[in-house]
Amino acid sequence: MPRPPDTEGLLREAAPLVLAAVVRRFGDFGESEDAVQEAMLAASTQWPAQGTPESPVGWLIHVASRRMTDRIRSESARRGREDAVAADRVGSDPAAAADLAAAGGHDDTLVLMFMCCHPALTPASAIALTLRAVAGLTTAEIGNAFLVPEATMAQRISRAKKSIEASPEPFRMPAGDERQERLRSVLRVIYLIFNEGYVTSSGPELARAELANEAIRLARIARLALPEDPEVAGLLALMLLTDARRPARTDATGKLVPLAEQDRALWDRGSIAMGTELLAEAVARGAVGEYQLQAAIAAEHAQAARAEDTDWREIAGLYGLLERMTGNPMVALNRAIAAAMVDGPEAGLALLEELDERLEDHHRLHATRAHLLEMSGDVGGAIAEYRAAAGRTNSLPEQQYLTTQAARLNERRG
Amino acid sequence: MRFMLLQDYGGMTRDDVPVMSEWAPEAIEAHIEFQKDFNAELKERGEFVEAQALSSPALAKFVVSGGPADTVVTDGPFPESKELLAGYRMIDVESIERALEIAAQASAAPAHDGTPIRQAIEVREVMGPIEH
Repeated sequence: MPRPPDTEGLLREAAPLVLAAVVRRFGDFGESEDAVQEAMLAASTQWPAQGTPESPVGWLIHVASRRMTDRIRSESARRGREDAVAADRVGSDPAAAADLAAAGGHDDTLVLMFMCCHPALTPASAIALTLRAVAGLTTAEIGNAFLVPEATMAQRISRAKKSIEASPEPFRMPAGDERQERLRSVLRVIYLIFNEGYVTSSGPELARAELANEAIRLARIARLALPEDPEVAGLLALMLLTDARRPARTDATGKLVPLAEQDRALWDRGSIAMGTELLAEAVARGAVGEYQLQAAIAAEHAQAARAEDTDWREIAGLYGLLERMTGNPMVALNRAIAAAMVDGPEAGLALLEELDERLEDHHRLHATRAHLLEMSGDVGGAIAEYRAAAGRTNSLPEQQYLTTQAARLNERRG
Repeated sequence: MRFMLLQDYGGMTRDDVPVMSEWAPEAIEAHIEFQKDFNAELKERGEFVEAQALSSPALAKFVVSGGPADTVVTDGPFPESKELLAGYRMIDVESIERALEIAAQASAAPAHDGTPIRQAIEVREVMGPIEH
């Protein structure tokens, strides 16, 4: 059952605070998460009918805690040890519970993120769990966004919680290097969620656009806990700058529009301004990381009023830095495009030669080569590479785009 | 009644239709628009369940278990790919007649020259649970 929109927003905001408070009190992450989901379900039916409580967070903690004590009570009754249940004082006073949650605040939410992006989890599991436990989405909503049945998604989440329970850790903020390490996993999961939403693949596009919004919201939440971390700010800036192009990225019929052909008047100036400001602030702190570099590249594109005004020399330099930092061959691919824009297609094609082995038959290698061959005037070679790329991508809009590129050149060749 | 409408790389009844990357860009667009509109129409009528296109046969793999140790994976590309599936539509309709009507519409998608492509559509009823 879909939640009413007002309640929806409140519940998503409240979800991590409530869960953190309940986990702090009862310790059991998996059970607590279920109890909070049940409390949110109760809220979504009761609030619209009976009015929103004065302290929504307190109300939810109260209801979730009652469910937890009920569970513990029936558990201990089964074991014949009813004395195990202590009087539940905090749970019976929503205002006190809300105060407690507010005191834990952003740090607690970040600890939750660390748990949901536990190193024992696969990316798909971490994504699902983060969206439910931190972003407060329902299992049905997550299933819908990832095009799997609700029951499958419920099972994925339940197995993820079991994996975490298999290597339990206290509910506290990790320190020093461990914190940095765990933060990297969190940022990666957030960026994966964003890309799921941003990369147009098959499926209901609205549900997927919402994933991009949720990723941005999650990064904002992480930033509340770590306002000084340059990579958290860098990731948020990168997503805002990338998302700003969304209105121009597809045309009215859903077809992909490449960057150079996008109507830049459609770009969201507000997001660009926010992203640019965040990035400047982050870079000023001195510790440059990969998200800041990617954001800097996105900012260069955002700054160019027309495609031909793009500062490709600057972009090529940034890709060079990023490649040295990450060793990622996809970055090298982008550097080849930038090099071609600065020094001509032959320079780009030469860089691609080195990637043949590392990227094997990847569709983006073929697509990039097609683009550079077209720039160089080798129409026949470009057609062959566009076709090869179209035959290797698993994205439907991209396949249609690449096939149309081949067709366009074929028609021109006559 | 649920039906699966299957399209494979064989089933071309016309021999004058080139591969899609040799069509005019406008013809490709018209073909894609047709598929989208058709799905929208089926949704609107409450008959649409699912439609998926599969990635190219170049990416296909065949897997045969040879016991626990030596599973055999055969990689593409497969030159004899006519039997490979290109995509499918699942529909939920009142009768086989309606399923055949929908299949006929799918087979009339525009080819490179705007005329019906006349590709054969395999129509298979999905088996159900125990009948009462």
